[in-house]
Amino acid sequence: MNINLELTERKAPVSGEIRMSTRDMSLYYGDFQALRDITLDISENAITAVIGPSGCGKSTFLRLFNRMNDLITGVRVEGRVELDDVDIYDKDIDVVELRKRVGMVFQKPNPFPMSVFENVAFGPRRHGRKNRIELEDVVEKSLQQAAIWDEVKDKLGQSALALSGGQQQRLCIARVLAVEPEVILMDEPCSALDPIATLRIEDLMRSLSENYTIVIVTHNMQQAARASDMSAFFMMEEDRAGVLVECGPTAEIFTNPKDKRTEDYITGRFG
Amino acid sequence: MEIRTAFHKKLRQIQDEILAMGSMVEKAIEQSVEALKNRDLDTANRIIKDDRNINRKRYEIEEKCIQLIATQQPMAGDLRNIICILNILTELERIGDYAEGIAKIVIMIGDEPPLKPLIDIPRMTEKTIDMLHRSLDALVNHNADAAREIATEDDEVDNLYDQVFRELLTFMAEDPKTITRATRLIWVAHNLERAADRVTNICERVVFFVTGKMEEIGASKY
Repeated sequence: MNINLELTERKAPVSGEIRMSTRDMSLYYGDFQALRDITLDISENAITAVIGPSGCGKSTFLRLFNRMNDLITGVRVEGRVELDDVDIYDKDIDVVELRKRVGMVFQKPNPFPMSVFENVAFGPRRHGRKNRIELEDVVEKSLQQAAIWDEVKDKLGQSALALSGGQQQRLCIARVLAVEPEVILMDEPCSALDPIATLRIEDLMRSLSENYTIVIVTHNMQQAARASDMSAFFMMEEDRAGVLVECGPTAEIFTNPKDKRTEDYITGRFG
Repeated sequence: MEIRTAFHKKLRQIQDEILAMGSMVEKAIEQSVEALKNRDLDTANRIIKDDRNINRKRYEIEEKCIQLIATQQPMAGDLRNIICILNILTELERIGDYAEGIAKIVIMIGDEPPLKPLIDIPRMTEKTIDMLHRSLDALVNHNADAAREIATEDDEVDNLYDQVFRELLTFMAEDPKTITRATRLIWVAHNLERAADRVTNICERVVFFVTGKMEEIGASKY
């Protein structure tokens, strides 16, 4: 059989619109360069996974997008980091407003020591929504979007700390959704969860990606493979600065990466 | 509550695609024998050309399976399902090649006068297509019993092949001028016999998918 092998085009299911991006971005902790010359686009309504060995700057990179790194002294950013073509490191940027638009879910579920309802209502309240009926609406909608409503609807008044780890993490996602962000950053959101709770969060991410732009950092390569549309592979150079090796559709990165270093990492030949 | 809904949706889509490929192959076999009956060279040429679409479809589905294996870590029944589909793809692609083979024989025969009315060859065709169709139903319905049953029906196709062979041998023995034409019809019958064997392979794969056990079901006499 001699046919012209035109494989199906490998396209990630994304709109193609760029939501956030970095341009020749370098980040320093004092004298130490943690990230070097990163240029990367984050597509709208897609899940972009950042993978790479420990210490390659994945979490630092993620925190760049809502300026969480600002909280660390001695941090300096060069180059541009954009949200809808606006440089978010510009001195006129309102960081509180930025973090409302770019929400974050952390490694360990961190519900506030208050009721399920108050956890989700906390953000909208802070942003000025006081009407009880309106808040109830937001809480229900957010919990539903986070696929946890059915499990907690009868215990909205109970302490969030009584929920299981997986439920707490979905509650934290609901808390982020309640302030209606556009981008959601997730820093190892499943590393403290069991496998079933992990798969449930991944399925939730998939449904959220229809309406939100998601960036996830994970040390679990299989998770990046399962859950993301685009994968960005980072590694360290000799001076320990993190660089972007390759970014592309996840199906391509995990079946036929372009760079040999990516292939070596995902096949377990180094890391 | 189903947890991996996105993955299982993709798996079902692949299953739908293999059914679509199955009907392309069924059509190719059916039309190749129709072309033989009607000495329809246009149809024969089209079948040869369309075989490329079947091959392309095979690679498309295969690539999707590879992507699922690489990215989704399928386990247990899901893993067997994907492996089974990969094997079935090869079988379907080859059955498509048999249809193409028959179409090429039709072109070789050209406008030679018919040797005899075709009776058993259309029967072989009908039986083979029926088996193929039901084998893919068994795949979709996860039905190992049906798959085993269909595989045993290969004997009927083998018996028809015996009949065709004996009959054509008689023609050739009686009149050596018929040897070329009779041999070509034997080739057609042989292609159909092989296609039915491929269906039994599909059935074995369905049994593996459903039960997790590799079974060789009633080895064909050819």
